[in-house]
Amino acid sequence: MAELIVTLTNLLKANNHWKLPRLSELGALLFVVTRLDTDVTQPNTSFESPQPQVEYSRINPDGGMRYKESDKPPHIKCHGDFKVFVYPQIGPDASLLIPSPLYQKMLNVIKESRYYTQDPSEGCLFVLAIDTLDRDPLSADYVHHITTHIQKLPYWNSGMNHVIFNLYSGTWPDYFEEGLDFNPGLAILVKASMSVTNFRSGFDVSIPLFHKNHPERGGVPGLVTVNNFPGTKKYLLAFKGKRYTHGIGSETRNALFHLHNGQDIVLVTTCRHGKYWKHSKDERCDVDNAEYDKYDYNMLLENSTFCLIPRGRRLGSFRFLEALQAGCIPVLLSNKWVLPFAQVIDWNKAVIWADERLLFQIPNVVRSVDFARVLALKQQTQVLWESYFSSIEKIVLTTLEIIRERLPLEPRRDGLIWNSAPGALVALPQFSDSNLHYPFYLTMLGAHSDPQFTAVIYAGRGNRNMAVLFQLVRNVAHSRFVAMILVVWSGDTPPPAKPRWPVPPGNPPLVVLHSDNSSKRFHPHSLIRTHAVLSLDEDCLLTTDEVNFAFHVWRSFPERLVGYLSRSHYWDARKGQWGYTSKWTNQYSMVLTGATFYHRYYGFLYSHWVGPEGLPGCEDIALNFLVSHATRRPPVKLAQHKQPAAPGAGWSDSVQFAQRHACLNTLVTMLGYMPLVHSSVRLDPVLYKDPVSNLRKKYRQMELAGS
Amino acid sequence: MTLKPGPAAINRYRRFFVGLFLILLLVTTLIIYALSTGTYEGDERVHMPILLDNLNRVPEIVIKPDLPISNSRNPQCSYYDCFNVYKCGHKGSDKILVYVYPLKKYVDEQAIPIGSWMSQEFYLILQSIIDSRFYTPNPDEACILVPSINTLNQNRFRTLETSQALASLSHWKDGENHLIFNMVPGSGPDYNSVVELSLGQALIAGGGFSSWTYRSGFDVSLPVYSPMAAQLDSQQIAAQDRPWVVVSSQINIHPEYTQELAHLAQEHSELLMLEACPNMQSSNYSMRCRGDEVYHYPQVLKRAKFCLVIRGARLGQPSLMDAMAAGCIPVMCADSLVMPFEDVIDWKRAAIFILEENLNSLMEVLSSVSDEHVTEMQVQGSWLYQSYFSSINAVTQTTLEILNDRVFAQRARTFEDWNLPPNPLAARSPLFLQLTAPRSQGFTAVILTYDRVESLFLLIQKLSKVPSLNKILIVWNNQPSMIPKIDKPLKIIKTTANKLSNRFYPYEEIETEAILTIDDDILMLTADELEFGYEVWREFPDRIVGFPSRTHVWDNVTMHWKYESEWTNQISMVLTGAAFHHKYWSYLYTTAMPGNIKEWVDQHMNCEDIAMNFLVANVTQKAPIKVTPRKKFKCPECTNTEMLSADLNHMMERSQCIDRFSAIYGYMPLQTVEFRADPVLYKDTFPEKLKRFNDIGSL
Repeated sequence: MAELIVTLTNLLKANNHWKLPRLSELGALLFVVTRLDTDVTQPNTSFESPQPQVEYSRINPDGGMRYKESDKPPHIKCHGDFKVFVYPQIGPDASLLIPSPLYQKMLNVIKESRYYTQDPSEGCLFVLAIDTLDRDPLSADYVHHITTHIQKLPYWNSGMNHVIFNLYSGTWPDYFEEGLDFNPGLAILVKASMSVTNFRSGFDVSIPLFHKNHPERGGVPGLVTVNNFPGTKKYLLAFKGKRYTHGIGSETRNALFHLHNGQDIVLVTTCRHGKYWKHSKDERCDVDNAEYDKYDYNMLLENSTFCLIPRGRRLGSFRFLEALQAGCIPVLLSNKWVLPFAQVIDWNKAVIWADERLLFQIPNVVRSVDFARVLALKQQTQVLWESYFSSIEKIVLTTLEIIRERLPLEPRRDGLIWNSAPGALVALPQFSDSNLHYPFYLTMLGAHSDPQFTAVIYAGRGNRNMAVLFQLVRNVAHSRFVAMILVVWSGDTPPPAKPRWPVPPGNPPLVVLHSDNSSKRFHPHSLIRTHAVLSLDEDCLLTTDEVNFAFHVWRSFPERLVGYLSRSHYWDARKGQWGYTSKWTNQYSMVLTGATFYHRYYGFLYSHWVGPEGLPGCEDIALNFLVSHATRRPPVKLAQHKQPAAPGAGWSDSVQFAQRHACLNTLVTMLGYMPLVHSSVRLDPVLYKDPVSNLRKKYRQMELAGS
Repeated sequence: MTLKPGPAAINRYRRFFVGLFLILLLVTTLIIYALSTGTYEGDERVHMPILLDNLNRVPEIVIKPDLPISNSRNPQCSYYDCFNVYKCGHKGSDKILVYVYPLKKYVDEQAIPIGSWMSQEFYLILQSIIDSRFYTPNPDEACILVPSINTLNQNRFRTLETSQALASLSHWKDGENHLIFNMVPGSGPDYNSVVELSLGQALIAGGGFSSWTYRSGFDVSLPVYSPMAAQLDSQQIAAQDRPWVVVSSQINIHPEYTQELAHLAQEHSELLMLEACPNMQSSNYSMRCRGDEVYHYPQVLKRAKFCLVIRGARLGQPSLMDAMAAGCIPVMCADSLVMPFEDVIDWKRAAIFILEENLNSLMEVLSSVSDEHVTEMQVQGSWLYQSYFSSINAVTQTTLEILNDRVFAQRARTFEDWNLPPNPLAARSPLFLQLTAPRSQGFTAVILTYDRVESLFLLIQKLSKVPSLNKILIVWNNQPSMIPKIDKPLKIIKTTANKLSNRFYPYEEIETEAILTIDDDILMLTADELEFGYEVWREFPDRIVGFPSRTHVWDNVTMHWKYESEWTNQISMVLTGAAFHHKYWSYLYTTAMPGNIKEWVDQHMNCEDIAMNFLVANVTQKAPIKVTPRKKFKCPECTNTEMLSADLNHMMERSQCIDRFSAIYGYMPLQTVEFRADPVLYKDTFPEKLKRFNDIGSL
């Protein structure tokens, strides 16, 4: 390289009659201390301009439309605790401005989120109670004279720090994207069908179009239940939908019949829609209609490998989410469309891009996708659907998370978290800035969890059999893998004095905490420094072998609960609700936290989720719900250890049992669905109860435990 | 046998190709010679000598003042309306083709050049394009055209005349599909964040874009290249060995920020704030000073964990590249800056961002970063630098790759491809959807049979009693005799060659996710065991789930891996003589087995099961699952499946397989675990009739 540079310089010297460029002209120049002019001190002025904005496209002095959150004068309210204020639905106009049920659901979700505040002085983001979802004047939900209402908003301030949700803008015939019929000023647009031209990267948020009856929370799971290979189906590519004989967006769908072959490519359209379709009928309509009627929309969705998602009048369409849910890989034919949450979601992992200008290449494009990629794309549709789209709650919270992460000093997630299971909404960035501290990404990063664990023993709850507790401490302390034993003592009586506690052999630190609040179970205590936490009840006497074996298994399944005592849920058809059982059955869906390993992160997620009040009496069920909600997998039950039927806590106690049933049903309501998954597999040591000599067995003590 | 050409055949091929190569070389040389000696002007594309030749006689073009210019840069441009996609994919090309205009010198009427016509960096950009897989010498088949007018540094050219020169290019057409490289945009006093040329619809690969000027999905954001970065050696210094937490080394910082930083430095001794050295020439950039102390730049960056990269007059700063080359985590303080290659690179994994207004909280922000994350960012930053930024060539190639991914979007790389450093220990499971496979599908039993008809028939009878059996597929070499009638579909596949890998062929007839591979002499497994095995597989569909388990151990004496079939507390393999696996693994075994493992297995008629275990473990980094304590499979008297048939030779060969395969993979992918799967109520004192799986053998 050096030689080449010298040669070049010499050449230039020899042949140039004008000034010789310096060797590293470019670099050298950059180091000149430039006279600093006004540019650094000026970037914010345009936003502070007191003049009313006439059109929002003029905000930007550049004539362009791109600006960032950070260009805003960062509001003092956005530092620290991120809070969202929703305008109350009161005032003289309240009766005129009842939001559509869909918008009401979105507001409900925000109001029930951890970011909601009723105090506008705490708010960083402001959400309108005025329904802006449908701005098509021909629509029933269109709010008239919206500008007057908006100008009355007490904190509007040209829209600064406000969020405008919108699904439809513009109207017949041009469906103008910016046609909101009011000036959103400096507000952030959270909008469906946005185009790259109007989307202000780093400022707006693109959302999907979703149906009025989209579930508020919980949500329908993805429809892919089998992972066959190859994942190809009867049809390669399918589309069934309306077409317009003329006007904006009509060309694309009008050309689709060229690609339809009635065999593996089924692209059928109809012009039979609207009252006056016969007036604008063209020569293809009758032929198209006949073909159109041959296929059922849902049948195509289920039986096609790829689903074509062409633009309609607007860029986005309902079918995008429908295809995603069905696991029919979307083939996008909607030039300029900014896909939902494209700032954080890598859509290349779940969709195929086509180009309206290259319509005839589509069959070749989809045929060229190999089987392995089809398998990956299809699975990713499900990951994305379930992480971000299956409920209104997910769509709204994802939006808030994207905006929050742009704020200064807020913890943020990287693309790995956003784009892999279990998705960003259950991987809270407030926990840690390192992906290695979460249970979900270890294998992806080629890493392992800590080789040690922290035991947390919950004691002092009436059971006064100190001998068992002390034996438990000794047994745990004998494990080579224990980093610390933490005894959380609750109740009125103080814990035994220090000299009475057994001195752990090998000296792992033994810490006894006296806590009045017994509901603080799973609290992510700062003393817990290891990934693995062994949660123990004082009366659940595990042997050292059991502790060691459980830890060994947990290291293979750090994202699951791994424990000895299992329980199951079932659907009680008679009562029409969920039931809880401790009976010995062939399957289980929960492990009790009296003898369970869990990842420290779940303690954090748990306390974030249940809030400061906790869920007294439901903690262990709630933890099972949370982990299954995140992983979509059952917990792991080990070997045969059964809990001794302690008086007052046994399965025969019907009062407690009624409470367990109630827990189950409350939690289902909270989450919006039943996340627990059954398993019929138990994991035992390889030579467990094997006729070989006990001397050959590594976990000998375990042969004696159990029934 | 026919698949593997013998040595004689190889030699024949070799001779043929060597001959072909010589002929091609001759033809190419002749063509080049013809071109370079002809009247064809400025053909600098092929070889250095031609370039040298051409530098002597680069034609001079006079830009007359009345020459037209293009429309000004269209800020609304997007890929879909300013980029002519029909120019791409010519002649079925599956990549973008990039043309470079021949070199010319542009002068005005007074013969004064309109700009510095060549710089080292621009020269290297053109050279990289010409050397890349995207280059075409033919402008008519080009998808992207690159003017050879040096537009890298706006301080170095006259904008009006350069715009005129661009507009005069033969294929310019208002800049359509033209790519303009620029690293230093704007000029005083405004310092625009985009080059101020009349570019019409041209694409800009530019350094220091702001989010106001960057046209997402159309332009490409470049790093501002720093020649200083090349002075740093590649020696990596861990974060804990760096004495300073953060260094501020730029000497073009706004006085207001300088004050702010000086204030911070007073309070925080871990902040090293450097300024220009007094009494030193302004052109000496390799020295920075704190008071009287003199520090070498950029070497000093290797002594801090974090390096402040702060806006100067312009947004984009070359110190970003210096920091990354030094393995120092950039702390970006330049509001609205579009980071280099931001469309594909996740900078959150490698840099810290602070608003200019929050500069005073710099130290708090940095102290809140965990040690693990510091290490992660450092490793990530170094890898990003090596992959995408370490030379002009790397930067140019990345630019072209990004454009190529836009045009051929259906094959575009994913987030992981761009942002995760390759790591053999990292699992990328192809079966990542968290699902319990539905029971309804059942499994397909694939029996590789070898003339043991009697035992085969018994096995078929047994299998037919397993409730979840969907179909039996018999892979057979001989003409089958009478097959027993069962009430499940049964299909026979006659193979041409007797190969072990036939058992892993992803036959079209297998319509289920799950495959049970089973040897024709495995007769002791009960229907309950097989059904339960399938149940376990449903919960772990990405693993091999089966009955005969083995393990591998390192022998310190022989310094080799040893295959262990004793009954131990560990397992690391489950033999495919009786195991379930997902059909995808059969596909992978057949199409993507590394090295010559597949051929070796077929030649030696051994170790196909070990090969499968390696394959799955390598991809998933997970252990297989052994089901139930069952250890005997063929007959009650036998002690161990393999002990029976095993001549010592066979066993030794299996040890050698483990050695051979781990050498091919470059590490030992097998994972050892100490657990097996049992039914939930296994060995519980519980009424047998209430247990789903009763008939579970313990030997």
